[in-house]
Amino acid sequence: MQKYNLRNGDVVSGAFLAALGLYIVAQAYAWNYYNPDGPGPGFFPTWYGLLMIGLALALIVGTARKPKPQESPKNRDGTKRALITWLAFAACIATMGVLGFRLSFALFTFFLVAFVFQRTLVAAALTSVGATAAFYIVFPVLLGVQLPIGWFGF
Amino acid sequence: MDIADGLLHGFYVALQPTNVLWCFIGCLLGTVVGILPGLGPAATISLLLPLTFSMDPAGGVIMMAGIYYGAKYGGSTTSILLNIPGESSSVATCLDGYQMARKGRAGAALGIAAVASFVAGSVGIVLLTLVAPPVAAFALRFSSPEYFALMVLGLALVVLLSGPSLIKGLLALLVGLWLTSIGTDIFTAQARFIFGQAPLLGGIEFMVVAIGVFAVGEVLANIEGGEESQLLPVPRGLRNLLPTWADLMACRFAFLNGSVVGFLIGVLPGAGGTIASFISYGLEKAVSRHPEKFGTGVPEGVAAPEGANNADTGGALVPLLTLGIPGGSSTAILLSALIIWGIRPGPLMMQESPDVFWGLVASMYIGNVMLLVLNLPLVPLFAQLLRLPTFVLHPFIFGISIIGVYGVTGRVFDTVLLAGFGLLGYIMTKLKYPSAPLILGFVLGDAMERALRQSLMMSQGDLAMLVQRPISAVMLALAALVLVLPMLSYFNRARVRALAEG
Repeated sequence: MQKYNLRNGDVVSGAFLAALGLYIVAQAYAWNYYNPDGPGPGFFPTWYGLLMIGLALALIVGTARKPKPQESPKNRDGTKRALITWLAFAACIATMGVLGFRLSFALFTFFLVAFVFQRTLVAAALTSVGATAAFYIVFPVLLGVQLPIGWFGF
Repeated sequence: MDIADGLLHGFYVALQPTNVLWCFIGCLLGTVVGILPGLGPAATISLLLPLTFSMDPAGGVIMMAGIYYGAKYGGSTTSILLNIPGESSSVATCLDGYQMARKGRAGAALGIAAVASFVAGSVGIVLLTLVAPPVAAFALRFSSPEYFALMVLGLALVVLLSGPSLIKGLLALLVGLWLTSIGTDIFTAQARFIFGQAPLLGGIEFMVVAIGVFAVGEVLANIEGGEESQLLPVPRGLRNLLPTWADLMACRFAFLNGSVVGFLIGVLPGAGGTIASFISYGLEKAVSRHPEKFGTGVPEGVAAPEGANNADTGGALVPLLTLGIPGGSSTAILLSALIIWGIRPGPLMMQESPDVFWGLVASMYIGNVMLLVLNLPLVPLFAQLLRLPTFVLHPFIFGISIIGVYGVTGRVFDTVLLAGFGLLGYIMTKLKYPSAPLILGFVLGDAMERALRQSLMMSQGDLAMLVQRPISAVMLALAALVLVLPMLSYFNRARVRALAEG
């Protein structure tokens, strides 16, 4: 008996996109499809939402019917490293309103260099201070581009 | 005054020492704002506008136009080196430019971008000089159905940008269409897909999506590579940093393609450099002897979109100067500057204000040479950026990304979205979804929906109107051809395979 290939990134992403398409169509249904003057706000989303559902289902069916490919070695450490970096980046952005760009970016850079790239703490500190100072000099000082300011006034 | 006399008079005006100086300042400022995120040409021109009120109008407009086309030269630098498109028209340059940089050919890619910008920019100016009035009249025949057909043609290029899976490319395109729908509907003021977030009422900025998906997503994918990810190689020696003669010869059609496509699309108000660069990239790939290599770092993949992006400048000045219609934000500010100086852009501008009209046209010839001289020597210098160790380069890209987004919108909320789009870009890379179609859908989706709805309003819901008008019918037929041909070849391959196996 053929085993269906359901635990696959394409199937999971296809299911997610089909759900997104369904959400789009459901939302669009609540808006006017056609006004007396012409197409309403629900017109365009209805069509691309339906197309999204159709294509996502085609992706799921096409992938599930294919024989399961040879398992390639998974780079779990790499994925973990990328996700930790993203979490640190998200935390840097989340704290920017409180700490300001300079402090939150300096902390983020320190973390990235010291823990993700595993350099010495001195290298991390130097990179963090150097990069933050360079951004500060080029953007707010020389170009007058404003950066987020935190509760401490910088 | 005929064209030759006008151009001679223009050179007399543009070669005045003060005007040469303003042209140089404009080109230099343009290059800098093109390279640095957070300050676009439109913002820079608006900031400097009050300073030009005391200047001679010809000098003022020469400087501001220098910023406008200089920024297009500079815009390729971050696309090639860091995969950060400074503006939507630089996205297509990322596709092969960044891949060339990854192969140690960043200098060659930057050099090709500079040469393509020079060639196409010059062709654009020659066409602006020679054919401005008739082309502008042709552009006036474009109404909503023609714009809709143009957008469909642009979106059909997804076929060429999708890579191995057309379904994934189309799905990415549809996600782009959805993202561009987020915000307030311009016809009815209906809030769409805003998830209760008031900042989403104004929609999502292009920079947020492009920088998140391209730059942040790419850095996360590189970090995942870990030990295997090496520094991007940069060859030593000036000769190895510039494009070879073979590179330039390989790009000869791309230079021409970019020049013509960029100019023609630039003439259409509102179409802009983005669609010009994508169409030119798609055309180059379609006629190439090795289309499968596009996206892996081929010089033509840099030359065609960069050329189109720069020829678009000459095209965009056609409706501005001959009809008084600005095609985008930068030309709208240029228009307001001209009006403030008491100059009326329109069919009579050549006669009423020859100093400004012909002075500007002639200054663009001079400015293009200046930009080439300014940019080519900087290529080796910029390429050295890639010598930075990854533990310095990656935080630098994260920082530039935050500043690029915050500098444009001034809202921390957009940097939160940036993080979200960064994760999306990373997931797309992991699951082998192409990112270019998403950007294409995002950039063209809004204009496409508007054009479609206006067309249906004009025709009272009759879709046949779209194929009854000759220009839109031709473009829709072309789009259908672009979409159907690869499918036919797929079915043909499958049929041949089945016959061989059977």
